[in-house]
Amino acid sequence: MKKVILLGDEAIAQGAIDAGMSGIFAYPGTPSTEITEFVQQSKEAKEKGIRSKWSANEKTAYEAALGMSYAGKRTMCCMKHVGVNVAADAYVNSGITGVNGGFIFVAADDPSMHSSQNEQDSRFYAKFALLPVLEPSNQQEAYDMVRYGYELSERTKLPVMLRITTRLAHSRSGVVRKEGLAQNGLKLPENANQFVLLPAVARRNYNQLIGKQADLEKAGMESGFNQYIDGDDKSLGIIASGIAYNYLMENFKDEKCPYPVLKISQYPLPTQWIAKLVDSCEKILVLEEGMPVIEEQLRGILNRDVKVLGRLDGALNRAGELNPNLVAKALGKKDTCGVPIPELVTPRPPKLCDGCPHIDSYNALNEALQPYGKGRVFSDIGCYTLGFLPPYYAIYSCVDMGASVTMAKGAADAGLVPAVAVIGDSTFTHSGITGLLDCVNDKAPVTIIILDNETTAMTGGQSSSAQGKIERICEGLGVEKEHIRIVKPLRKNHEEMVKIMAEELAYDGVSVIIPRRECIQTLNKRMREKFAEKK
Amino acid sequence: MKKDIILAGVGGQGILSIATIIGTAVVAKDLYVKQAEVHGMSQRGGDVQSHLRIADKPIFSDLIPMGQADMIISVEPMESLRYLPYLNPETGWLITNTTPFVNIPNYPAEAEVMKEVAKIKNHIAINADAIAKDLGNAKAANMVILGAASLHLDIDYEEFKKAVMTNFGRKGDEVVQANLAALDAGRKAGESYRVK
Repeated sequence: MKKVILLGDEAIAQGAIDAGMSGIFAYPGTPSTEITEFVQQSKEAKEKGIRSKWSANEKTAYEAALGMSYAGKRTMCCMKHVGVNVAADAYVNSGITGVNGGFIFVAADDPSMHSSQNEQDSRFYAKFALLPVLEPSNQQEAYDMVRYGYELSERTKLPVMLRITTRLAHSRSGVVRKEGLAQNGLKLPENANQFVLLPAVARRNYNQLIGKQADLEKAGMESGFNQYIDGDDKSLGIIASGIAYNYLMENFKDEKCPYPVLKISQYPLPTQWIAKLVDSCEKILVLEEGMPVIEEQLRGILNRDVKVLGRLDGALNRAGELNPNLVAKALGKKDTCGVPIPELVTPRPPKLCDGCPHIDSYNALNEALQPYGKGRVFSDIGCYTLGFLPPYYAIYSCVDMGASVTMAKGAADAGLVPAVAVIGDSTFTHSGITGLLDCVNDKAPVTIIILDNETTAMTGGQSSSAQGKIERICEGLGVEKEHIRIVKPLRKNHEEMVKIMAEELAYDGVSVIIPRRECIQTLNKRMREKFAEKK
Repeated sequence: MKKDIILAGVGGQGILSIATIIGTAVVAKDLYVKQAEVHGMSQRGGDVQSHLRIADKPIFSDLIPMGQADMIISVEPMESLRYLPYLNPETGWLITNTTPFVNIPNYPAEAEVMKEVAKIKNHIAINADAIAKDLGNAKAANMVILGAASLHLDIDYEEFKKAVMTNFGRKGDEVVQANLAALDAGRKAGESYRVK
């Protein structure tokens, strides 16, 4: 077949469509978003009736995918690394239940935190859940691994994690597609106990999971994704996982790498090959994108017998992504660099767009809060986090999805009254609702500002689960109707917004203010499309 | 053959469409391509870059090694300088627009920025915004820059024209012609800059 140019994310989506997936479940998050978007926009996926709407959060997505697998069909669930924390309860336990239809769980890690709050490595989750991981080094492998992953998942009856990092997710390259497979039919699990994790069943299932480890390790030595490539120079042995393998090979593009190399793209790790490498080489250099997961295991607690170089001894950077130059230095090769950046070049951080409704909301909030002083606004994950930057200086926290509501409550409980939460519409339905219920049950003196731009803006304007439902959700949770206030964030409404905010800040109970105006980006996009249609 | 290109600009300026056109021109030649993009937070008016790699043999790294880029193509002058550590100091080309995009309060003096650009041995600096505006299509500044860059990419110029037709085709003949005109004008401006 002809090569198509695809992002790593798109290669995964196309791989799943071609491998007989029946449904994909996800919440948007950089760098994972484009996987689901690709399925949503694919004509083939539509023809095949593949289910692809956004879920309310990563946990609901994971559980729905597990339900589809229970019913015997192939499914995929995608999220960014911090989303894995949200879905972790379901993920870890799905290792104990096992699966029925093939289940691929894409965890997209973001080392160097291009668009994230931390750089946690999802391989740690798989390790303690005792579950297999595939880690592609390029777009073609990403495509191929989806098909292989479904086979592995159905054969071992386990969910398979496909772990990718930003540079693969958001890099394009040529991919050769394979023949399409039909979807599975409905088929219940053979054993009716499988998914019932009462302690007696869970203990038995857990032992079975432990029993599968040797088979999983063997699978990684037979699939071809892990490779032992021998070399003559045994002064150094190299373990390179995922895309770190590319940075290694980039340094040997014009010559053969003289050292033995163990390429890792599948876990659990191949113990036998690691033993062979360690036994035949004087020291081992570990290259991995993300945290030192393999390196720590190799060193062990005592770090005595094997001489290991990597992120823990300074051979490589402890935090942040790898790149060809960092790997060159670790290999003792000559580093290359152009001229330094001229001093006059100044940083250009991202900022709220011109015409963004959040600008008007922050201007009003800053003024309404003036009598109370600084340090009272807890915020959340979204474009509005940029309200931290000048000229607004409007927020004092950004921790995790939904934390604005609950941190404001805790601060109010401590006596910081009034306390304010600023949360977006999509983040509110992701993880803010339960926190608001806590506020209502405690009659906490908090003002919750739900910035409703009618989309999931930061990740590029995906549909929001909250659309048209926010007031009713708040009322249903028990927020008093007269303290649910809707405003339109426009400069001409500034005085009115300040007045309404001041009134609610003064109220000794739960208030919700909803500044509602469509995101300027999605509005412009809609207008462009409308204009194009007319033409 | 190997061409490692850094594309630079500010979120929303359309550097990815430059990458798409080059990518299309190259795929027709059966070469290998890798192109790393920036998505997410930085697209909101921050600095953005893309690494575009073209070669006649398989490419490993998605990122271009520092000091080894053959070209920086920038639609904004200060942004062109941000990636100088990537450019091969001997053989690399810097192709940039001279129209600044000022969305920060401490943007340096324009003349100082251009002085730094002029220090680069191989460079072309053209006012792509003005050229595009003269042609009556202000939005095509990125095609003007691409036209200038096409002089030093070792790819047949006809392939660029075909790629513009392929990529803008569905927007109608008027749009295709406007972008082809911008590409031509950029190439001409690049040629006369070389003469200077």
